[in-house]
Amino acid sequence: MSDTADKPHLSRAHELDLLNRMIRIRRFEDKCAELYTQEKIRGFLHLYDGEEAVAVGVIPVLERRDRIVSTYREHGHALVRGVPMKAALAELYGKQEGCSGGRGGSMHFFDRETNFYGGNAIVGGGLPLAVGLALADHMRGDNIVTACFFGDGAVAEGEFHESLNLAALWALPVLFVCENNLYAMGTALALSESETDLHLKAASYRLSSEAVDGMDVIAVEAAARRAVAAIRKTGKPYFLECRTYRLRAHSMFDAQLYRDKAEVEAWRQKGPIVRFESWLEANHMIHSEDLASIEAGVAAEISEAVAFAEAGTWEPAEQLGRFTYAEGAV
Amino acid sequence: MKQDAARSETRELTYREAVREAIRDALIRDPRVFLMGEDVGRYGGCYAVSKGLLAEFGPERIRDTPLSESGFTGAGIGAAIAGMRPIVELMTVNFSLLALDQILNTAATIRHMSGSQFGVPLVIRMATGAGRQLAAQHSHSLEGWYAHIPGLKVLAPATLEDARGMLWTALEDPDPVLIFEHVMLYNMQGPLAADAAPVDIDKAAVRRVGHDISLVTYGGSLWKTLEAAAELAKAGIDAEVVDLRSLRPLDDATIMASVAKTRRAVIVDEGWRSGSISAEICTRIIEQAFWELDAPLGRVCSEEVPIPYPRHLEQAAIPQAAKIVAAAKSVVG
Repeated sequence: MSDTADKPHLSRAHELDLLNRMIRIRRFEDKCAELYTQEKIRGFLHLYDGEEAVAVGVIPVLERRDRIVSTYREHGHALVRGVPMKAALAELYGKQEGCSGGRGGSMHFFDRETNFYGGNAIVGGGLPLAVGLALADHMRGDNIVTACFFGDGAVAEGEFHESLNLAALWALPVLFVCENNLYAMGTALALSESETDLHLKAASYRLSSEAVDGMDVIAVEAAARRAVAAIRKTGKPYFLECRTYRLRAHSMFDAQLYRDKAEVEAWRQKGPIVRFESWLEANHMIHSEDLASIEAGVAAEISEAVAFAEAGTWEPAEQLGRFTYAEGAV
Repeated sequence: MKQDAARSETRELTYREAVREAIRDALIRDPRVFLMGEDVGRYGGCYAVSKGLLAEFGPERIRDTPLSESGFTGAGIGAAIAGMRPIVELMTVNFSLLALDQILNTAATIRHMSGSQFGVPLVIRMATGAGRQLAAQHSHSLEGWYAHIPGLKVLAPATLEDARGMLWTALEDPDPVLIFEHVMLYNMQGPLAADAAPVDIDKAAVRRVGHDISLVTYGGSLWKTLEAAAELAKAGIDAEVVDLRSLRPLDDATIMASVAKTRRAVIVDEGWRSGSISAEICTRIIEQAFWELDAPLGRVCSEEVPIPYPRHLEQAAIPQAAKIVAAAKSVVG
């Protein structure tokens, strides 16, 4: 059970846990990039490098009963939520043991066990879904929060505006988390939006709304605690704009012609892991053994996940027709 | 338009009232059911289908929505995944295009993408078809398009029994079901059995038994086709009329059994000819019953133009009994 009091507890154990979660995502995805070059993983692969503080700041604040709707850049969300790393990697391999049975791949992680509703590869497409999940909870009187992640690109979609309006109009318990990484694929925010202060758009739909430094995991967690506490209390939606940056390419096919290397480098210096590590070191709250221990633990888990995915099985092609309709139905 | 009474205990009602009864019955049977769409509540439904339901069931279960087709269709999908049984009313098929992303990319795919961890037991109702002089943007017949999509089921109730009986079966289905109600049927009146019950949603029905030619159709065109069959009878041609009822899945067995008996077929479809459900049915007949045929297949579809406003041009654009008669005579030879 996570602690939903509205302030982070800055204990050493908690800080190490946050750091561990961020490093776990980063190393896992470094491995994914490597496996992609080895052609173990195919299709699109969108990595979360640089944005880890958002998933790690928000998701542990949620309860087991809460729900998550994510995007095609969802590996980090899934790992923090508790989708086993080996099931995630097996999904990237397309193996039956994957978290979606291998049918989804990188952009479509699903997990009933942790109320993880994808993995949506249509920008903005997850927002109406989140509204509907929350509508069901609202109609039944269940005190459940649906956290919906999406990027700044989604803000230009009609579904963003329709969904924010519906959630506010019907007072639905949705936590909208905008991961503003400044680019919709290769198009800069300023080239997409007449109003680049995105949290103002939510405020115009009468949602409680705030912007937070998405590179600061403690700040994100504090904002998420405020937001979730408010939703639990009022049942109404809340909008969190997390200002962050994607340090890697949009996908493995992206030559990054639209931004300078210097810009990326400058952001790398204020990346969420290096920043949090430096802060912990400066405050003498972390020792080199801690870091070594985190790295060793993560490396072991990754090795185990790779072995699991490698040993996984391909679904027989004779079963192709499954999962289109419920088993037994037409 | 009248229908034959199959049972002795009947009452007179309209297609509109049959749909309303079906919705009301579902709301009473199952607390998870709710109706959501544009003007379904205070206005009473754009075709007056849901009139009176708001007063009986309240605004939580008869939920007026903003003009946000994608938003509230997606909300219906989410609510269905979370255990509710929503009926989303999309007013008309014309506006369903604004929700196509949610219908195709989410409703039809989530079961598959999630390895069957999640399903979408959602019903989406909408009006379809031409005939009310509503011009090119309000007269589409795109049910055949939707029937192209694996993961969906597509129904076209043409009779009072089906208008009354398909909804509950659709709501019990674990996957998304689209129900297309032809605009020209809402005022159709006829007798319906007092104990009308849920009906199957995957079988075609033979509405008129005949031996000389199979006329295969669905939805609003059923009544024009039956009218054509009556006309053909006067000319000594005994036509069998098959009502598809479901466009996905298609009931191949009933179609092929009819064609095997009559050895000739004309498909009647209000969709445009190119790439239509009628083209799919012709292909299946050729694949499965080619050697049963005594003549080339025929088709009566909408002409390949946007539906025009003036009545005489609108009527010229869509299937008519006279065109069906002519096509059947040409096939019979």
